[in-house]
Amino acid sequence: MWARGKVLAACCGSLSSPSSPAPQSQAACFPSFVGVPWAWRKLSWLDSKLAAASLGLFLCFSGSCESHSSSIALLTCCLFPRFRKYYPRMSVSHMRCAAAPSRPLPNISRYTNTLPVDPWFNFRATKYLVANGFYNFWDWFDDRTWHPLGRVTGGTLYPGLMVTSGAIWHALRAFTIPVDIRNVCVLLAPAFSGLTAIAAYLLTNEMTTYNSAGLLAALFMGIAPGYISRSVAGSYDNEAIAIFLLVFTFYLWIKALKQGSMLWGAFCALFYGYMVASWGGYAFITCLLPLHAFVLILMGRYSTRLYVSYTTWYALGTLASMQIPFVGFLPVKTSEHMPALGIFGFLQLLAFLDYVRSAIPSRQFQTFLWIFAGGIFVLSLAALVIATSAGIIAPWSGRFYSLWDTGYAKIHIPIIASVSEHQPTAWPAFFFDLNLLIFVFPVGVYLCFQELADEHVFIIVYAVFGSYFAGVMVRLMLTLTPVVCVAGAIAISTILNNYLVAKTPTEEDQQAAEAAEKKGSKSGLKSTNKPVVGIYGLWSKILMVGAMAIYLLIFVMHCTWVTSNAYSSPSVVLASRMPDGSQHIIDDYREAYQWLRQNTKEDAKIMSWWDYGYQIGGMADRPTLVDNNTWNNTHIATVGKAMSSREEVSYPIMRQHEVDYVLVVFGGLLGYSGDDINKFLWMVRIAEGIWPDEVSERAFFTPRGEYRVDGEATETMKNSLMYKMSYYNFNNLFPPGQAVDRMRQARLPEVGPSLSTLEEAFTSENWIIRIYKVKDLDNVGRDHISATAFEKGLKKKKATKKRGSRVLRVD
Amino acid sequence: MAQKRNNANRGVSPNPKTATTTSSSTTTAPLPPTPNPAAPIPGSSRPTSSHSATTTSAKTSASAPVAQTWDKVVSNLTTHYQKSTPQRTKLLDAFMAFLVVVGVLQFVYCVLAGNYPFNAFLSGFSATVGQFVLTASLRIQTTEANKKDFPAVSPERAFADYVVCSLILHFFCVNFIN
Repeated sequence: MWARGKVLAACCGSLSSPSSPAPQSQAACFPSFVGVPWAWRKLSWLDSKLAAASLGLFLCFSGSCESHSSSIALLTCCLFPRFRKYYPRMSVSHMRCAAAPSRPLPNISRYTNTLPVDPWFNFRATKYLVANGFYNFWDWFDDRTWHPLGRVTGGTLYPGLMVTSGAIWHALRAFTIPVDIRNVCVLLAPAFSGLTAIAAYLLTNEMTTYNSAGLLAALFMGIAPGYISRSVAGSYDNEAIAIFLLVFTFYLWIKALKQGSMLWGAFCALFYGYMVASWGGYAFITCLLPLHAFVLILMGRYSTRLYVSYTTWYALGTLASMQIPFVGFLPVKTSEHMPALGIFGFLQLLAFLDYVRSAIPSRQFQTFLWIFAGGIFVLSLAALVIATSAGIIAPWSGRFYSLWDTGYAKIHIPIIASVSEHQPTAWPAFFFDLNLLIFVFPVGVYLCFQELADEHVFIIVYAVFGSYFAGVMVRLMLTLTPVVCVAGAIAISTILNNYLVAKTPTEEDQQAAEAAEKKGSKSGLKSTNKPVVGIYGLWSKILMVGAMAIYLLIFVMHCTWVTSNAYSSPSVVLASRMPDGSQHIIDDYREAYQWLRQNTKEDAKIMSWWDYGYQIGGMADRPTLVDNNTWNNTHIATVGKAMSSREEVSYPIMRQHEVDYVLVVFGGLLGYSGDDINKFLWMVRIAEGIWPDEVSERAFFTPRGEYRVDGEATETMKNSLMYKMSYYNFNNLFPPGQAVDRMRQARLPEVGPSLSTLEEAFTSENWIIRIYKVKDLDNVGRDHISATAFEKGLKKKKATKKRGSRVLRVD
Repeated sequence: MAQKRNNANRGVSPNPKTATTTSSSTTTAPLPPTPNPAAPIPGSSRPTSSHSATTTSAKTSASAPVAQTWDKVVSNLTTHYQKSTPQRTKLLDAFMAFLVVVGVLQFVYCVLAGNYPFNAFLSGFSATVGQFVLTASLRIQTTEANKKDFPAVSPERAFADYVVCSLILHFFCVNFIN
């Protein structure tokens, strides 16, 4: 055995060597090598074959990992002595868990601890929590965001993430392990991805009798790019813990349903409450569990176990969810939560009917049923309609409508549609995020149809709805990934289990199977017949297993590639290649934020588009007007209006909001696509939604309907503050008349825009960030335009001076 | 039906035996609680008399016989309940009835006097509802007839679960009541 494992390991090691040029990676493999022979001996025989198949994957995969990651991962796994019970089965899974966080870590090792956009706020809130304690955090009013308004942060966030990392930090301190809270935050997501792998293992093991399916699911969960995108170290986002909670809640639900136990139902409710505290996506659970229950009822599968588990979950879970201030009364007031309540009531009726049915003869029961159930149904329907129309129950929220009608958000709520994560998913994204799994996913669902016990119905329901929602919104790919991993693992393990059986079936076996089949095929659906099929030829086995192994290898390679290329680079630091192939790091964001931190007053207000609000608050520590928590659409529209109007209009707005600096992101020099000119139309649309008379989207397009920035651009475009700030002084970089915007491939007009109410304060190395200072009022009472003109020596403008000054003065 | 369900449940850990036995027990459920011949006889005699007539038109023209059957349904139900329910279960039922009364009272108060401390109303109401369903679950789990549905839950375990869940429930309620 041991020799076999060693040979295999050697083969795989040589396979993986091209992808691991660094010598240190061989050393990194060492701890995993130690574990392998031990696990090898411990595994049961059947599992060991599967381990052989998956060992190659694992080794390939750990071949290129950084040295510290595996030790961190081992630490993560050691935290869970509870799973030692499963040790013989879990050992490979442990290593997978070890492997799961190892992918994401290149992110931090290469760029130190830089965090992408959203996490900045979470990080800031966590620091506040750790510094001021839980009660202050709960009542936190933040006056450094949304400048004149402030934000009741404690009541408008999901505190689960911050409280989790705060608790971990305190626990480590209690063990006298001094850790910076920042490190806890950075490593939280990979640690929880290990937990997610374990949860996926448990969930899958509830579905099938093959242990290998759970192991494969854990592996897939660990490396599927759709989930890695959110479990990268430094991705300190709500989703980091929410996916673990999602999968684990589902596991507990299946467990509760199978056993009909109140206790498991209560655990399910507690984790559901934790999920509600962590992520707005909890509504997915709130809708999926009732749906599962409903489908079971429709299939005639109502059982007392369903009653016990569902009602326990709902009664406790709803109360738990209402403890979160941000959720509050929503569970009894909004329509998203009504299906759960409806099924709850429906189950009460069913339980009562069930009891009555067992008490009286069936003929009497039928009349009873018709009168009773029909009456109740009509009554409750009427109550629901009345309550909704009377406004007691709020109608579905906008974000929810956009799930059904993809065009809805674009028309009604531009702020939702403007977030790229809320766009419909493009087809290639499925393949990019799930690769092999997207092919075996339907197979897994089909296998679930073959078994069709209560828990398989859950997987089917989850698969259908998860697929639909993932198609509607890019972001919800995340909720689809777990079920794809589970179904894919079921499919692959079934294939491997069929083809890895060593013995060929004998003649008697086959005859017995055929006889059984004939007996069984007389009744029941065709799909419920399971003919016993043996694989005879050795070659077919080798071919099939070999093909599967190659597919899995390609899958691992794809995941590795996606992780290192697409998801590892933090959006704050951009990486590019020089012509000679060497890597060039573009670090303009941090440069600019550092400049702000060191050169501006502590309370200087920064105006920028809301995408950068959290970063400015977190990295530059300056108050902002709007940020990524888009709770006040009007305020965002105000900023949009200031950006998209003429200087004469924008200046009073900026004065009113006490803006000191304006920050824009400009990618024209570098060809960076995520800049403000590309987002500009959203600013215009959002501003137009509030001030349709003053801002018009049409005015930014040329008569031929083109969105241009060059000489052909419309007057509105050329005079807008955003355009001026982006291209101010840009001409000076080029020989006269040859200024080119490399992002939009547009030749700019010879004379660049001029600014009179703002002055350039800072421009980063690659011109990605440009910061402008808002000028104070003129000393001699002139308006800014004439003051600029005077300095340029154009005295002709004198005549317009007086009229202008009245317009521009702000009271 | 039983055959089909049996097929569907093949290969699932709560073994097919339970499925068959539950389905068979539901079909034959009226038989076990028939130590007294008084209860089932009116029920079974009535269908035999009107069997041919009502099978086709029971649903449509059921208005006249409904009143009679309704009486019989109710009387059957009460006799069955009184005869075949253990004393302990009756105690649980009394508690559930009490909870229903309390819940209805709260709801009526909320409708009449307004829901101003909405926190308080919600936590009070959901405490009664939650306690009701937990008690119902306990009742289901401790009933002899349902034993086969819960192979993992003994009556003692059920009661321990009940206590734990009630503690969690009331912790949330107290926390929410403001």
